[in-house]
Amino acid sequence: MKINGFWIGVLIVLALGYAFTFFVDNEFYFFAVYVVLQGLIMAVAWNVLGGFTGYVNFGSAGFFAVGVYTSIALNKAFALPLPLIIVASACICGLIGLGTGYLTLRLKGVYFAIATLAMAIVFETVANNWEYVGGAAGTYVLQPENSFFFDSYVEFLFMVMVILAVFATALSRYLSISKIGQGLAAIRDDETAAECMGVPTLRLKLISASIMGGLMGIAGAPFPFFISFVDPLSAFSLLIAVNAIAMPMIGGTAYWYGPVIGALLLGTIQEITTVTISSELNLLVVGSLLVAFITLAPQGIAGLIHDLKNGRQKAKDKSHG
Amino acid sequence: MTELFINAVVSGLLLGGFYAAVALGLSITFGQLDIVNIAHPTIVIFGAYIAYILNETFGLDPVLIGLVFAPVFYVLGMGLYRIYYYSFERTGQESLSGLAFFFGLMFIIEVCLILTFGVDYRLVSAPYIGQTWKIGFVDFPLRMTVPFIVAVVVTLAVYFYMSKTFQGRAIMAVSQDRLALQLMGADPVKVKQSALGIAIATAAIAGALLIIIQPIEPSVGRLFIGRAFAIVVLGGMGSISGTLMAALVIGVAESLISTFYGPSWAPAVSFGLLLLTLAFRPQGIFGRA
Repeated sequence: MKINGFWIGVLIVLALGYAFTFFVDNEFYFFAVYVVLQGLIMAVAWNVLGGFTGYVNFGSAGFFAVGVYTSIALNKAFALPLPLIIVASACICGLIGLGTGYLTLRLKGVYFAIATLAMAIVFETVANNWEYVGGAAGTYVLQPENSFFFDSYVEFLFMVMVILAVFATALSRYLSISKIGQGLAAIRDDETAAECMGVPTLRLKLISASIMGGLMGIAGAPFPFFISFVDPLSAFSLLIAVNAIAMPMIGGTAYWYGPVIGALLLGTIQEITTVTISSELNLLVVGSLLVAFITLAPQGIAGLIHDLKNGRQKAKDKSHG
Repeated sequence: MTELFINAVVSGLLLGGFYAAVALGLSITFGQLDIVNIAHPTIVIFGAYIAYILNETFGLDPVLIGLVFAPVFYVLGMGLYRIYYYSFERTGQESLSGLAFFFGLMFIIEVCLILTFGVDYRLVSAPYIGQTWKIGFVDFPLRMTVPFIVAVVVTLAVYFYMSKTFQGRAIMAVSQDRLALQLMGADPVKVKQSALGIAIATAAIAGALLIIIQPIEPSVGRLFIGRAFAIVVLGGMGSISGTLMAALVIGVAESLISTFYGPSWAPAVSFGLLLLTLAFRPQGIFGRA
């Protein structure tokens, strides 16, 4: 029943996305929704490790940017089609996630957080000095002529992003409801106890670190074609790193749908504030919402919904009993 | 060649001394209290802007401003610990939520600074900025030497406070064994509160030193996150003397790299060292296993 509900939802989202390319002409909406979906994939990816196991990744922008630069390099060297580029970025970022995880996930969670932060800066320095992909000055990326069955390349990119977002959400949902998810939740609650009960904690953490990296790579791969000019400042944007943390924290980290709710809500608010007020204020809004939520409602929106449901259930039970 | 090398080492040592002032507060919060205050470098920038305003309007000496504002920051730090304690530590949520809390705080401070001052570089004026002492062929620019001296004095002061006074020893104790400290009749919450106060107070001084060394804009703080954490980890988590040694090592390494390979690689030095340390010697170079 529940599985059917989810997959019907997936079909509806895909159909709506496709219909959107037909009925909407104003390109601004494609750009706006693209940015929200990119945030959604990043949020879902962050949550696979951060929310499910409690290991905080501060270097989301680093993973994202590796996806971006893999994409630029492959496009420049071989002019590969986008789907192949996405797969390649996912593999490379997944391996980086695995590597970082292997080196630091055996230590306390804080070290992983700092290592990811450090890694993002190392990558940024490399990107600044790597002339082939533009160096510090940046590079232009031309959109390919071929836009498949769509009227413009932007519409094609938009649809790709819808599919990727659905894929990321489905993967994270699968992880959380499967046996892996139970293991991850056990790590989050008490790692030592989980280890004692025979949960292969390191292997599970490495799996989710790789998936996190891979998904962040996917989010970055289409980005150069989307903005057509990439420099390290835009690829390693602060907003990407903050959003990847703020969206799941606001939505609720313990549930697979938490980051989705958080991303849609926060992403939309940001698009509105950026257009109507300013982009600096936008950062302030994210920061304040993040701090407000973690101090006042640490379980996020999904947690509030969950409590509300449970409360009602309890009230019902009481009135019946 | 040797002249260039020796000059690079000396300017690295001067820079490293200043790094110690930035990392000092983090060494206390992160190393001893287990509070991952990722917003610390941004608070340093906040201190730098205070020095900027007062220097600009009253022409006061930046170092003096830093020292005067240290007590104010001490009170701010105590307030910060109150919020942290009641929201996270008491409920046992410090690991995930606490990290995200400081991350959010970092953004709020940074964006407020951007909204108030813009992203232009700001600097201070003092009589010694721009002067250079020469000993043989070795340059001692006062712009670097004054912050070095102040930073080392502050670090030593904190070192002696921590190892010689009752309050300081209580701070060292709270990180080692909270219960034992309680049995000795000290309140861990109060001890930690004053420790975070001291940590934030050092940020006021570090900020004033920073703006003497280089012009600043609000996002400069981010570069110091990695440096400061690298120094604290290399120094062996919470050891004040280790922090000073590690800061000097990082300073010299950065200075050599930027002299011989170009300044654009310098930011990667501390982070690279940090990653290597985490991977192969997580207790730090100067830490005990």
